[in-house]
Amino acid sequence: MSAQVSSNRAFFNQLKKYYTYYTGGFLVFLVALTILEQLGLPRVWIGYVFLFATIALYAGIGIMSRTADVAEYYVAGRRVPAVFNGMATGSDWMSAASFIGMAGGLYLQGFDGLAFILGWTGGYCLVAFLLAPYLRKFGQFTIPDFLGARYGGNAARFIGILVAILVSFVYVVAQIYGVGLITSRFTGVEFTVGVFLGLAGILVCSFLGGMRAVTWTQVAQYIILIIAYLIPVVWLSVKHTGIPLPQLVYGSVLQKVTEREKQLTADPKEKEVRDIFRQRAADAKARVDGLPGTWTAGREAAEKRVADLKAANAPMAEQKAAEKALADYPKTEADARRIWSGQIGSNNARAAPPLPHGEPFYSANPDPAKAEAERDRKRKNFLALVLCLMVGTAALPHILMRYYTTPSVQEARRSVFWSLFCIFLLYFSAPALAVLVKFDIFTLVVGKNFADLPGWVASWQKVDPRLLNITDINKDGIVQLAEITLGQDIIVLATPEIAGLPYVISGLVAAGGLAAALSTADGLLLTIANALSHDLYYKMVNPNASTQKRITISKILLLVVAVLAAYTAAAAPADILFLVAAAFSLAAAGFFVPLAAGVFWKRANKYGAIASMIVGVTITFYYMATTQVWLRSVFGVTSSVADNTWWDIAPISAGIFGMPAALITMVVVSLLTPAPDKQTQELVEHVRYPSLKGDTMNPAAQAGGVGH
Amino acid sequence: MQLTQAHQEYWRRNLNMTLVLLAIWFVSTFVMGFFARELATINFFGWPLSFYMAAQGSMVIYLVIIWYYARAMKRLDEEYGVAEGED
Repeated sequence: MSAQVSSNRAFFNQLKKYYTYYTGGFLVFLVALTILEQLGLPRVWIGYVFLFATIALYAGIGIMSRTADVAEYYVAGRRVPAVFNGMATGSDWMSAASFIGMAGGLYLQGFDGLAFILGWTGGYCLVAFLLAPYLRKFGQFTIPDFLGARYGGNAARFIGILVAILVSFVYVVAQIYGVGLITSRFTGVEFTVGVFLGLAGILVCSFLGGMRAVTWTQVAQYIILIIAYLIPVVWLSVKHTGIPLPQLVYGSVLQKVTEREKQLTADPKEKEVRDIFRQRAADAKARVDGLPGTWTAGREAAEKRVADLKAANAPMAEQKAAEKALADYPKTEADARRIWSGQIGSNNARAAPPLPHGEPFYSANPDPAKAEAERDRKRKNFLALVLCLMVGTAALPHILMRYYTTPSVQEARRSVFWSLFCIFLLYFSAPALAVLVKFDIFTLVVGKNFADLPGWVASWQKVDPRLLNITDINKDGIVQLAEITLGQDIIVLATPEIAGLPYVISGLVAAGGLAAALSTADGLLLTIANALSHDLYYKMVNPNASTQKRITISKILLLVVAVLAAYTAAAAPADILFLVAAAFSLAAAGFFVPLAAGVFWKRANKYGAIASMIVGVTITFYYMATTQVWLRSVFGVTSSVADNTWWDIAPISAGIFGMPAALITMVVVSLLTPAPDKQTQELVEHVRYPSLKGDTMNPAAQAGGVGH
Repeated sequence: MQLTQAHQEYWRRNLNMTLVLLAIWFVSTFVMGFFARELATINFFGWPLSFYMAAQGSMVIYLVIIWYYARAMKRLDEEYGVAEGED
């Protein structure tokens, strides 16, 4: 044992040395590129250099970590030190949504957006106290492994496989979509090409070396993504507060933002713009109410205008505009109803005064009783979402799997701390970034002449008007806050330019977003491929398969799943952000109860576990399918949303119903059926103690020669 | 295999600690969230208190309790002779 401890220590020191050199090398690379930019390296080249240099780097690590050893392939040899496993978990965990979308979500939603910050960090308490150390002691390869061993047999394992694949596949599609978006935006290649470029980047990391290669590239990716996130925030903080610690000082900036919100709410010019939007919403409502007459009348008016202009021989531009208006006119009455109803909502949203950023559960409703009801509803949904995200975090197989890779139970416990610490560095900066950018826009964009806008506004408006759009609605030549629309991704993407940093930093941010998406996709793909090759093929179909054969099959499956996911992502499913959140609710309702009960309740048996997984996932899925717009259209649900909604809970938090249902099912069914046999009870005791005298059980040995 | 009295005591102490830490987790997340509107009136170094907690404070609490659990469990393992490498 002591020989092992000292070899672990030597390994740790070696890793520390490698990654210090790596970080230093990366910083030198940044400085060199900055100098080259000053010397006139074109921007598009900087984008290419970042894209190809980082993917080549990950590929290099992947090739160096290639392996054909089962324990190395599935659990990185179980010798990943706590700190490094923490970094790997951090980048495994933080996806494109965390890196690019989070700060923007906080900008748009204010306090209510913090549900994601709380939910995506607090879940690690559940991982630390209820799961990680016990799964590490159990010491096999996958999450279905645990379900199969604890709940005696292939039925529980099989349902576990299904849930793991459902949850991970939904999630990986969103990551590959993110990769395609970043690649295409920063290099100008087509979206589909970007998707498949990203796919290549994912496969070179995981294909040759499985978990071992994924682990060491994830550590490298964490270092890039955290540098990329912190540099622009720190710079922006220096710009507005003079202090390079944004997380500690943005309280004062938030106060200024709150002051400015009050001014902007009362400002007569702002009111004028908001009134224009209110009028537009009212017009749209009148048109919807007047259907079908308004639709035919509008069509005739558009046709008449085209004919009149032609007859009067009006200027070509005017004629073209009229023809386009006619071509864009809703084709059918149903189209008109859908489009105009959408206009009521979007114009009403823009007619609202600015959202008070620091105010929890805000309602703009002037009627106090209605406002109070709305605020209660928002509070309820906030708490429900936080709970779903937390429990979902503690049930996502690609995260739990990482705790199999530490050398010991004690290292697994410490590793959860380091995981959360690495995540914390980004998550406690995101709310600061949102407030700083808001302050920048409130003071340096709003109130300016359209002619004097900062350069980044024009350049981003050109890239994609959905990301940033400023139009002079009331034609006074001055920007009002109500005239600005922002997409959530712009906040992180444009921060380097807002802060006045060189374009290299924009390239760095793109590389960081890419690292976040690639690392998460790696972990997820591996989870799916392992569930199929290890759990389904080796454990259920062919237990006599040779080591060589198992790894080959796993690699082939990895390829198949990756291509399938890229194909789905390239088809750009409608509501990708919803799908990610849905994965959390499904995981929370499906996995958490059987996993935690497996350790803490000896009486929990296989019938309870199987029923609980089925009931949890079914109820959660049913609620989503009947209340979420896109899923309703997929399943052709026609009954009204209001009839299907329970206690005003939004579909994103559907797990709030699945979780208690799973718990009750687990308890009731387990108690109605026979207690688990003696061997299972001994397994529970085995996982509860890091080491137990006289304990003959060694599930790791049964799994195929993994000494540890 | 028969568990000794000491083993059962180890598990009981582990459960107690887990429960206490989960209670702290619950209060700093859900009780804080439930009373967010009331806590927003308190100024905490420039932030409304509930905003500070949700954006930073609660995360710091999570880090501290996870760190404490790892340390305390290591001591408990050693005290009861169930640490790895002691069999």
